[in-house]
Amino acid sequence: MSLRSLLAFLAVLAVIGLLAFGLLNKGATKVAVGDPVPDKALPALPGPGHGSIADYRGKWVLINLWASWCIPCREEAPVLQRFYERSKAHDTTVVGINVQDNEDDAVAFLREHPTAYPQLRSVGDERSAAFGSTGVPENFLVEPDGDLALIWRGPVDDQFLRERVTPLIKGSR
Amino acid sequence: MSLRCAFSGLFPHKAHRNGLCALVATLALAIAATAPAIAAGAQRPAPQTTVNAIEAEVMCPICGTLLELAESPQARREKVFVAKLVAEGKSKTEVKDALVAQYGPSVLALPKASGFDLSAYLVPILAIAIAAVALAFSVLRWRRRGREEEASTSEAPAAAPRAEDAERLEADLSRYDL
Repeated sequence: MSLRSLLAFLAVLAVIGLLAFGLLNKGATKVAVGDPVPDKALPALPGPGHGSIADYRGKWVLINLWASWCIPCREEAPVLQRFYERSKAHDTTVVGINVQDNEDDAVAFLREHPTAYPQLRSVGDERSAAFGSTGVPENFLVEPDGDLALIWRGPVDDQFLRERVTPLIKGSR
Repeated sequence: MSLRCAFSGLFPHKAHRNGLCALVATLALAIAATAPAIAAGAQRPAPQTTVNAIEAEVMCPICGTLLELAESPQARREKVFVAKLVAEGKSKTEVKDALVAQYGPSVLALPKASGFDLSAYLVPILAIAIAAVALAFSVLRWRRRGREEEASTSEAPAAAPRAEDAERLEADLSRYDL
């Protein structure tokens, strides 16, 4: 192989390597049922303090990714609040994670749609990426041991919670 | 309690006097009402940048486009956030820092100069450097080849004309002999 061919080969290899690295680096994380829930300490909303999903180990946790500008999230917030009120006595909680939003808007949203369950805030799309999220709202049911039991990429309503979420929680008892 | 108008000595006619007093009172009330707003406006810092300048340099992270081109609900909230900071007199850098703090680094239109994103800056520089070196080599080679060809043509003896050509040349020249 001549020197010129070797250089051309190395150049092509470098370009392919760069593209592959870029794809692997930027690719969305995939989470699946049975995987451990992506977790990280996040600022509480509204502050002060921090929280994480691990704080609720031993309980069923329904994680709700939401944003103040998301219209379905407005309809979903009271549904989740009702579910929280019904389920909190049965070792179940809801944890809201505000994503892709600014803090003032998020706080204003919670004033308008009050929720009693804990709320955390993720800066930008960092948590959305960790959950492989494609938008908001998205919901993830986490088993008491921290594994994902259900992934629902969209808003939930009373019927969905009654027919899809509650049976999983009751089935484990 | 009654208030006496200060113009009572200047205008003998009561109607004129009352009219002028009413006008002065209205003006005084208007000034009193607008004074706080004027004072607030005077206290507000002068904008250091414009909303358009910021929107042309930051992204709507959800839409994946420049904020100035985006019209999604998230983009509209982000635009309100930018406008508020600009009105508060924040500089372009301060507004961008606040956007990164709220929306993460992906809000910046230009990639950051670290990690994989650094390649966005390095690859064009490397490509230009490689192209410049390749061009320089090509020029040197081309010039060397040109010099070699020139040398070979100047050093080679001129080929002798063939006999028939020599005869024809001789005949042609003899026709022009004076």
